[in-house]
Amino acid sequence: MSSFITELTAPNGYNVTVNTGLFINNEFVAGAHTIETVNPSTGEVITSVQAAEAEQVDLAVEAAHKAFYGGWKTTNARERAHLMHKLADLVQRDGEDIAHLETMDNGKPLRDSRNFDITGVVGQLRYFAGFCDKLHGKVIETEGKLSYTVHEPIGVCAGIIPWNVPIAMLAWKIAPALATGNTIVIKSSEVTPLSALKMAELIKEAGFPPGVVNIITGYGNKAGEALSRHMKVSKVAFTGSTATGRAIMKAAAETNLKKVTLELGGKSPNIIFDDVENLDEAVFWSRMGIYWNAGQMCSAGSRIYVQEGIYDQFIEKFKAMALSGKIGNPFDEDTFQGPQVSEIQFKRVMDYIELGKKEGATCYIGGKRSGSQGYFIEPTMFTDVKPDMRIMKEEIFGPVVAISKFKDVDDVVAQANDTTYGLAASVFTSNIKRAITVSNALEAGSVWVNCYNLVSENSPFGGYKQSGIGRENGEYALSEYTQIKAIKINVGNPF
Amino acid sequence: MVQPDLQTVRLSNGKEITVHTQLFINNEFVPGHGPLIETINPATEEVICSVHSADKQDVDAAVNAAATCFKDTWRKVAPAEKARLIHKLADLMERDRDELATLDALDNGKAFTVARDVDITDSIACYRYFAGWADKIHGKTIDTTFDKLCYTRHEALGVVGAVIPWNYPTMMAAWKFAPALAAGNCIVMKTSEITPLPAYKFAALVKEAGFPAGVVNIITGYGHTTGSFLGSHPLVSKMAFTGSTATGRKIMESSSSSNLKKLQLELGGKSAQIVCADADLDKAAEWSCGGIFNNHGQSCNAGSRILVHESVHDQFLELFIKHTKAMIKIGDPFDEDTFQGPQISKGQFEKILNYIEIGKKEGAIVSYGGKRWGNKGYYIEPTVFTNCHNQMRVMREEIFGPVVVIAKFKTIEEAIDIANDSDYGLAGGVYTTDLDTAITVTNEVKTGTMWVNCFDVFDQSTPFGGYKQSGFGKELGKYALQEYTQVKVVKILRSSKI
Repeated sequence: MSSFITELTAPNGYNVTVNTGLFINNEFVAGAHTIETVNPSTGEVITSVQAAEAEQVDLAVEAAHKAFYGGWKTTNARERAHLMHKLADLVQRDGEDIAHLETMDNGKPLRDSRNFDITGVVGQLRYFAGFCDKLHGKVIETEGKLSYTVHEPIGVCAGIIPWNVPIAMLAWKIAPALATGNTIVIKSSEVTPLSALKMAELIKEAGFPPGVVNIITGYGNKAGEALSRHMKVSKVAFTGSTATGRAIMKAAAETNLKKVTLELGGKSPNIIFDDVENLDEAVFWSRMGIYWNAGQMCSAGSRIYVQEGIYDQFIEKFKAMALSGKIGNPFDEDTFQGPQVSEIQFKRVMDYIELGKKEGATCYIGGKRSGSQGYFIEPTMFTDVKPDMRIMKEEIFGPVVAISKFKDVDDVVAQANDTTYGLAASVFTSNIKRAITVSNALEAGSVWVNCYNLVSENSPFGGYKQSGIGRENGEYALSEYTQIKAIKINVGNPF
Repeated sequence: MVQPDLQTVRLSNGKEITVHTQLFINNEFVPGHGPLIETINPATEEVICSVHSADKQDVDAAVNAAATCFKDTWRKVAPAEKARLIHKLADLMERDRDELATLDALDNGKAFTVARDVDITDSIACYRYFAGWADKIHGKTIDTTFDKLCYTRHEALGVVGAVIPWNYPTMMAAWKFAPALAAGNCIVMKTSEITPLPAYKFAALVKEAGFPAGVVNIITGYGHTTGSFLGSHPLVSKMAFTGSTATGRKIMESSSSSNLKKLQLELGGKSAQIVCADADLDKAAEWSCGGIFNNHGQSCNAGSRILVHESVHDQFLELFIKHTKAMIKIGDPFDEDTFQGPQISKGQFEKILNYIEIGKKEGAIVSYGGKRWGNKGYYIEPTVFTNCHNQMRVMREEIFGPVVVIAKFKTIEEAIDIANDSDYGLAGGVYTTDLDTAITVTNEVKTGTMWVNCFDVFDQSTPFGGYKQSGFGKELGKYALQEYTQVKVVKILRSSKI
């Protein structure tokens, strides 16, 4: 093997090896430079990984291009499915390794890495494996002709993934891309490169031909930009900030008009009516909606609107629930909340907390660092907030929630929709008419009723408005990774 | 003094018709604050009349009218009622078919008979086709876990912006309006300032049909002003554009720096027609002739490269020229016999003649045509270049005129490679009697439409749109609906799950 194999020991003593090279053409190779990746629980460097710039991006794209036209495009659908199922099997086999890497690199509790992230990856791969041989075009009745459509793969796709749910986001990109017959180059986040690199080993072991999946670490403004501008990349799928989403669309416009799908930020409203059947349940889901993953979810329910009749009760129950969660070592089984992913993110969230205080909101609980090592922030509640405060409008991406009181439904729906984002929303009520009227009115790609953040591989996920373009998961994702050709064979028409 | 909306214009046969020249916003014709723009009759090179154009405040007014209408009115109208209104619009277009065709022929220069029998006829069919979809826009229920009800809604986007070109004025408008309306959106459309008249007549029919004010708004103006204001407007949720690849890029950039509005681009092409040794050569010659010379070569999907197997090249060329002579009668658009009218404008006229010169310099041989026709109006002879190879500029760049370039090939693999050797990928065709050849070629050529033993044949029900730098997104067919809807998933948890 290559010289980038690295032995790591997790804080709980678990040993895991990872190959820190760039995964191109089924080999681990050197990059242009190295990047250190830090354990956010301790602030200490875990290891260095190879990082790609334009030259290595070019190698990866060429490998993917050659693989597509060299055999992947004509590979039997059942064979693609077999490889994807094999990969899912290997992820299950090595789930502990991947989960430990994920928790070391990202800081999310080990229990969550196991039960949600690994489980989600396996589910994603198996779900889309099942679609490989079910990509249907249509036969369309037209006069004098046989007209039909074929849904073809696009070719070389690029997936640029974020640091908040690293391995899951990798699966969300490669699963539909592979099922529809594309090859792919994934650029992982330089903040959380390790789990993707373990996945790379499994991709090779599963038997994917060289070049079908390539995984490279790199900075957004170097490797990400090179991928977005590459003339042989036919589609780019991005999850991350709205600002970077814009840059990617601009890059596509200036180069080869590659197809672009974006899954961007959010400031999702969570609306709780006083006829909610069980307030404790609403509190449970609302707390999960914001504090899960230390608030680092694009779909976080970061604005909560509580109807005035139950407001005081809700605040007390929510406070109790928030304070009951243990913040600390993500390798402890009973930890609820780990650290923020990096020092930069930590500072950013702390700045927003200071801003909230300056803007005149009440910091009801939290509002400060937790502990003295690592990037931990106490779960924070702001009350007495006003709609025009920046903490009500801008995505904080941390364990900080803004809670407002409301009187009537028209007012709260207007406030909920008063945002340039549109990723998700939720409604808590026992009234069916209200549940359906309000979910119809909310301008968001996902609306949860009496729950929050329940995402699955078979239902679509994506944003309205500036939260993004396109849908991931479900049958809907297939159309993002295929292009349609209409074929019309003249069987009877004279000129 | 503000130019009144109604103007009287004179046709070449002496008849007079009345045209609207003001912006159509909120069901009213209103003056624009942009400059008056002259629209030229390309058959005579004379000014027909001037029209109002939209500046930023007019675009704002139109978008706000659409946004208000969507929020307060249009989204609450039942789908069946939307369908009824679209059918009513189609009825009125049938009633006024000749007048609409007259305006298309006058402003664009296409033959009146073609405008009537193709453009207007297909536009009416397009409206009726999509009216049928209005009450059939289905979400799904999706089984996730036992304790959840999970379903999707395919909702309208809200306000859609559309920018259309000058080559099929009424039909390009239909391809955007029909699916947008059927899917429940309100629209602001900017027509080309070169052919503004037909859409304003259409606007009057929209009002007569009974559409609520603000559903359909039609403005005109320059791309770099009016088009740019529309493309960057924060209340526009989607831009649908047909036109040049260069402008398509600008629209995408504009979306990236404004509100990341959804996009659909239908851009240029350099589509290849492949004539195999076993083709019915006479039929291939006839179809491929129409494939390039229809609409004076001013089609994004024009079959502007013909690749002929070397064993049948000379025979094919003879037949092709024979059909060109027989089919392509050039003349006044209002002459019943005319097949080909003038090119759209002086600018395009000069551009095409320049490409003919480039072709000659590159070593291509003019086997037919190659020059201006007549001495008034922007007429160009149908032109055939032979002895071409795929590195020539005339084989690679979109000419958008009645100029076809013909090259030879030895093997079908070579033909496929030549066809694919292009940044474009809009359409293509193959002429063969062999089943394997037909399926192989249609599989391998990278374009959004492949015709077999025909060309330029459109149906309302089959999707149209490009691969590669010919754009993205589909028009026509059920596929168009997803360009004009957004998907919301609703997940209702039934029971306690702590």
